[in-house]
Amino acid sequence: MTDTVPWDYAPAPQERGIVTIAPSYGLFVGGEFAAAADGRTFATVNPATEEPLAEVALAGEADVDRAVRAARAAYEKVWGPMPGAQRAKYIYRIARLIAERAREFAVLESLDNGKPIKESRDVDVPLASAHFFYHAGWADKLEYAGFGPARPVGVAGQVIPWNFPLLMAAWKLAPALAAGNTCVLKPAETTPLTALLLAEVCQQAELPAGVVNIITGAGETGAALVAHPGVDKIAFTGSTEVGKQILRSAAGTGKKLTMELGGKAANIVFEDAPLEGAVEGIVNGIFFNQGHVCCAGSRLLVQESVADILLDRLRRRLGTLRLGDPLDKNTDIGAINSRQQLDKIRELSAAGETEGAERWSPACELPDRGYWFPPTLFTGVSQSSRIAREEIFGPVLSVLTFRTPEEAVAKANNTPYGLSAGVWTEKGSRILWLAQRMRAGVVWANTYNRFDPASPFGGYRESGFGREGGRHGLRAYLDA
Amino acid sequence: MPSSENGRLAVRKTYKLFIGGAFPRSESGRVYPVLGRGGALLGNAAQASRKDARDAVSAARAAAGTWSGATAYNRGQVLYRVAEMLEGRAAQFTAEVAAAENIREPKAGQQVDAAIDRWVWYAGWPDKVAQVAGGANPVAGPYFNFSVPEPTGVVAVIAPQESSLLGLVSVVAPVIATGNAAVVVASQDRPLPAISLAEVLATSDLPRGVVNLLTGSTAELAPVLAGHMDVNAIDVTGVAGADRAELERLAADNVKRVFAAEQDWAAPPTTQRMLAFLETKTVWHPMGT
Repeated sequence: MTDTVPWDYAPAPQERGIVTIAPSYGLFVGGEFAAAADGRTFATVNPATEEPLAEVALAGEADVDRAVRAARAAYEKVWGPMPGAQRAKYIYRIARLIAERAREFAVLESLDNGKPIKESRDVDVPLASAHFFYHAGWADKLEYAGFGPARPVGVAGQVIPWNFPLLMAAWKLAPALAAGNTCVLKPAETTPLTALLLAEVCQQAELPAGVVNIITGAGETGAALVAHPGVDKIAFTGSTEVGKQILRSAAGTGKKLTMELGGKAANIVFEDAPLEGAVEGIVNGIFFNQGHVCCAGSRLLVQESVADILLDRLRRRLGTLRLGDPLDKNTDIGAINSRQQLDKIRELSAAGETEGAERWSPACELPDRGYWFPPTLFTGVSQSSRIAREEIFGPVLSVLTFRTPEEAVAKANNTPYGLSAGVWTEKGSRILWLAQRMRAGVVWANTYNRFDPASPFGGYRESGFGREGGRHGLRAYLDA
Repeated sequence: MPSSENGRLAVRKTYKLFIGGAFPRSESGRVYPVLGRGGALLGNAAQASRKDARDAVSAARAAAGTWSGATAYNRGQVLYRVAEMLEGRAAQFTAEVAAAENIREPKAGQQVDAAIDRWVWYAGWPDKVAQVAGGANPVAGPYFNFSVPEPTGVVAVIAPQESSLLGLVSVVAPVIATGNAAVVVASQDRPLPAISLAEVLATSDLPRGVVNLLTGSTAELAPVLAGHMDVNAIDVTGVAGADRAELERLAADNVKRVFAAEQDWAAPPTTQRMLAFLETKTVWHPMGT
């Protein structure tokens, strides 16, 4: 077998025209789109080309206030009193509409976020629809969830990140609505478009006005939302740093909180692991979504006895990854979401070299325009190195080795984070032994980055608290 | 209690802290007077320092692994043993609670009985809570996916100020029933029953360090624990509402879980306090031939 492929891929572009992008978008408040009170807007760009996609309203404090009031009114007059079975049917409608318009959502997501179309098409959008479908069924069964009499919390203020824009919106809205809450959702400033298309879906589903409000903006908008006294519940997904700021700002308010924050997950490969599968799992663990994944397997812990052979195969596999146009169906690695994120990845990677780790990337041509970073591997990484401790949130893998299972456990847990972990071995007993010792909320065995609406997701320690998905996720939106 | 009957001079107790299974004085050497009815001196309690609080956290951390690693059956037996030990010393506790809370002995006796029964109630939970709080998740794929509750780790507990024994037991038992290790700050003005409870815990097969008990100034100790980077969660029930905000701000430094819930301590408990100090771990286990 040779390292070079004897033929090249022909372009296989997904047609872009399937989705219509308006020149400008308003805020979705009280069932209607409207400009910001002070008329401010900002541009959202395609990170693969740096071309502006649309102008989006920038919500200020007045807009946040209007959205929270709309949510409160809808909670008190419509959504709160509505029988669960009726709420369920609205949520089922949303699930179905997302599935119907799946390709539009996928293309829009890839354009706005930079992720490969095969991921937005096969992962983000189907999971978003599934999430609404799963939670719809809870709406009239809440008394069976095991949290006592089912009472909603009230108005939920929800702030989501840019890495899975539609899917994170689904994770936030679906359980909140099922439990009888109304929502004000703020998508990330670099990826507002699929949330705004979801607003259109809410209109098509004839969801009562004010039940879901979507306000676009940056950090200030999010800060105004979580600080608004009319918000009963704050749900945040994002960096640990911002999460701590929100916790401090919410101190003493009595608001109910859930936090899904950063991670620095260990992906642990034992010598008996099926190596071909492990290589795929490592690639999926860190290069899925350009590594813009809070639960990314960013620290590879490989047993010393198989380190050389595994890394050899891993390098060869990285050589076959295709980086480029997110709308090409063959693309494995898309664009970095923003200039700011690209700068952060570059800075931390430079620090990895400075601190003595060995850097490697496959030969990989980067497009001239847009934000790109090649898949990157660091070997010889010490535990104290920044690239072993800090969340890079990019396609950068730090490789460490271990000799004994106990050493693997100690190294894996040597982090203030605790979101996820991976383990690769043929021994079922070892999987459970290791899973029990991981201080992490999700443990994947012989797989990685797998999600399901029925499976609770969330962190230990500084990766946050509260769960999303499954029966456990409902508790976050019930006054239990 | 200082008393002399039949002319015999009573042997008084020196009230100390309970850290890592030992009963040290405060490293600061400080004590403060604990007063009963009419300002009568009930005893001098150790006034724990910041250093004592940090030592207690270290002891709790050292114990957390052993305790969470013990079988649920074993933890249940240990908690039941606490109830047995307490039952045997019910008369002593009745007198102490009556003195501490300035209530008549029959009423104090009811509190002691309820405290004993609370240990029995929680003794039954360690081997059941995983079934109530966990479960199998039907995911769309070839995986056995299950969620299990696990202890959060080291939990700081600021005990209720009024209810010196029943309130204390009601906040400590759920924390350790679920496998956590606790650093407890006793009621500031009514600490003596708590110290006697520590003596019970010390003789109940509870591994050293699982419960550590500090007496002293809540205002001095609570911020140390709320800001401590090796404490995973804090129950601020014993802190006045207006003073909780600052503790919540400090707790944000390492994303501590913060919990508070006043309740009628005589009322039957719920699972709420146990669930507050549990994490949910979800495991995707492969299926295949």
